[in-house]
Amino acid sequence: MNNRAMIQLEQVTKIFNAGRVNEITALNNVSLQINEGEFVIIIGANGSGKTTLFNTIAGSVIPTKGKVFIAGENVTFLPDFKRSKYIARVFQNPFDGTAPDLTILDNFRLAALRTQPKHLTIGNTTAFKKRVREVIARLNWGLENKLNQPMGTLSGGQRQALTLLMCIMDNTKILLLDEPTAALDPKSAEIILNTAQHLIQEYHLTAIFITHNLKDAQQYGNRLLQIHEGKLVRDLDATAKQKVLLQNMYEWFG
Amino acid sequence: MEFYLSALVLSLCLGAMSMGVFISMRIFNIPDITTDGSYTLGAAVTALLLVQHWPVYIVVLISMLSGSLAGICTAFIHTKLKIDALLAGILVMTGLYSINLIIMGRSNIPLINLHTLFSYIQIFPHSIYNTLATGIIIIGAFAILLWYILLTDFGIAMRATGNSSSMTRSLGINNNKMKIIGLAMANALTALSGSLVAQYQNFTDINMGIGIVIVGLGSVLIADALRIWFNIVAIGAQIALVIAGSFIFQMVLAVTLSLGVDPNILKLVTALFVLLIVALPRVKNVLKPNE
Repeated sequence: MNNRAMIQLEQVTKIFNAGRVNEITALNNVSLQINEGEFVIIIGANGSGKTTLFNTIAGSVIPTKGKVFIAGENVTFLPDFKRSKYIARVFQNPFDGTAPDLTILDNFRLAALRTQPKHLTIGNTTAFKKRVREVIARLNWGLENKLNQPMGTLSGGQRQALTLLMCIMDNTKILLLDEPTAALDPKSAEIILNTAQHLIQEYHLTAIFITHNLKDAQQYGNRLLQIHEGKLVRDLDATAKQKVLLQNMYEWFG
Repeated sequence: MEFYLSALVLSLCLGAMSMGVFISMRIFNIPDITTDGSYTLGAAVTALLLVQHWPVYIVVLISMLSGSLAGICTAFIHTKLKIDALLAGILVMTGLYSINLIIMGRSNIPLINLHTLFSYIQIFPHSIYNTLATGIIIIGAFAILLWYILLTDFGIAMRATGNSSSMTRSLGINNNKMKIIGLAMANALTALSGSLVAQYQNFTDINMGIGIVIVGLGSVLIADALRIWFNIVAIGAQIALVIAGSFIFQMVLAVTLSLGVDPNILKLVTALFVLLIVALPRVKNVLKPNE
């Protein structure tokens, strides 16, 4: 980890339904710097603004005010598909991160081209298949022998694990994990989070992990943020985070 | 026999449109009604240029380009103006009726004694076999081309767009751009179909495209049923099934006509046949809910 800013938010405000009776200020003047190599955990109650913050970084939400920088580039108005040159995502819904009708191999082929143009050439070569097998084999689930199976035939846990592995196919810098284990059984959840942690260390990724599970918030990451009513109310570095007890975190939620 | 061979040739000509509907409906998950208009557009452009003795391969190429333009219009209305794809297709289809009339200048153009794509092959003594060979070569070539495109990195990105838009956006794919290209391809194939049918039947009629989308839809639904039945995943086999679906569809209509059914109710038979394909699995579920 170093002090080079990978993600910067400058006084970001996001108001939904502005001027209407159902106006919501999801983010209120949030400034934040996340440095290269940091593994940031974000916690907060439902409706606190976690997902809006996440989507503002990913590019799915354009802020009402303020600026967003990634690796020094002002990306405030850059749509999500263009920000993918920096960012790889694992969605909350295991079915959002993969295409069910495409084979495992085809899904990985697209992931390998995340930052590159998709040409009219056949890229699923023998060498590429070998590479995909090697990547998938680290799960020890035997999926490396089912590359031609449609993704839709796999379980939610398997698909989420493969989505995670797809993130490392094209030299990503930032990994966004949006409650990736919320819909999974405890065993699958543990495998996915452990795999995520290994990948973050192995590939020196900058990572953000949103979770409602306070045990996970305590166990993983080297920085902890809490959001409440659209504002960052707590920002703990690695040392301070290590000292936090589970009981303390429960108390933060009132 | 010749009656059924004619139906086979027609199914090949309409196979191009079925491939187009396969792209819009199965690949992009878009109900594209532009088909009715772009089919006639392909035929209208073909008629206009053939009667002026343009080289037939250039005529077909321009017909396909005109179809792709119609597809781009629908995709543009849908993606840029955020109007529902169904409504966008209806709007373009409606507009195309007038455009097709302007192109044709009248409601019907005969194409008798003109040099068409079906004039090239003269191997067999019976003309229907020559026509059939031409149809197989043309549709086979476009099917192989489509198969190749869908196997490429670009094609995988296309297939993923209609399958999981959140996934494709996170992988750097511009979904709107993909839809524009996809509907352009789909309607180019539909226009090719219109062009081939006009050349085969030796006339273009302003009403020839009305309800034609149901034929493409039926072919794709038959292909879907076969795909699920035989658990087929390979994209090449899926394209082949779509052409087979077109053949089965035309054969059902041919058999219906040979049974002496009034040709005036052929559209009704078509609609009922498609309803049957769609409804059969549901009827089975209603009758045996526990299975």
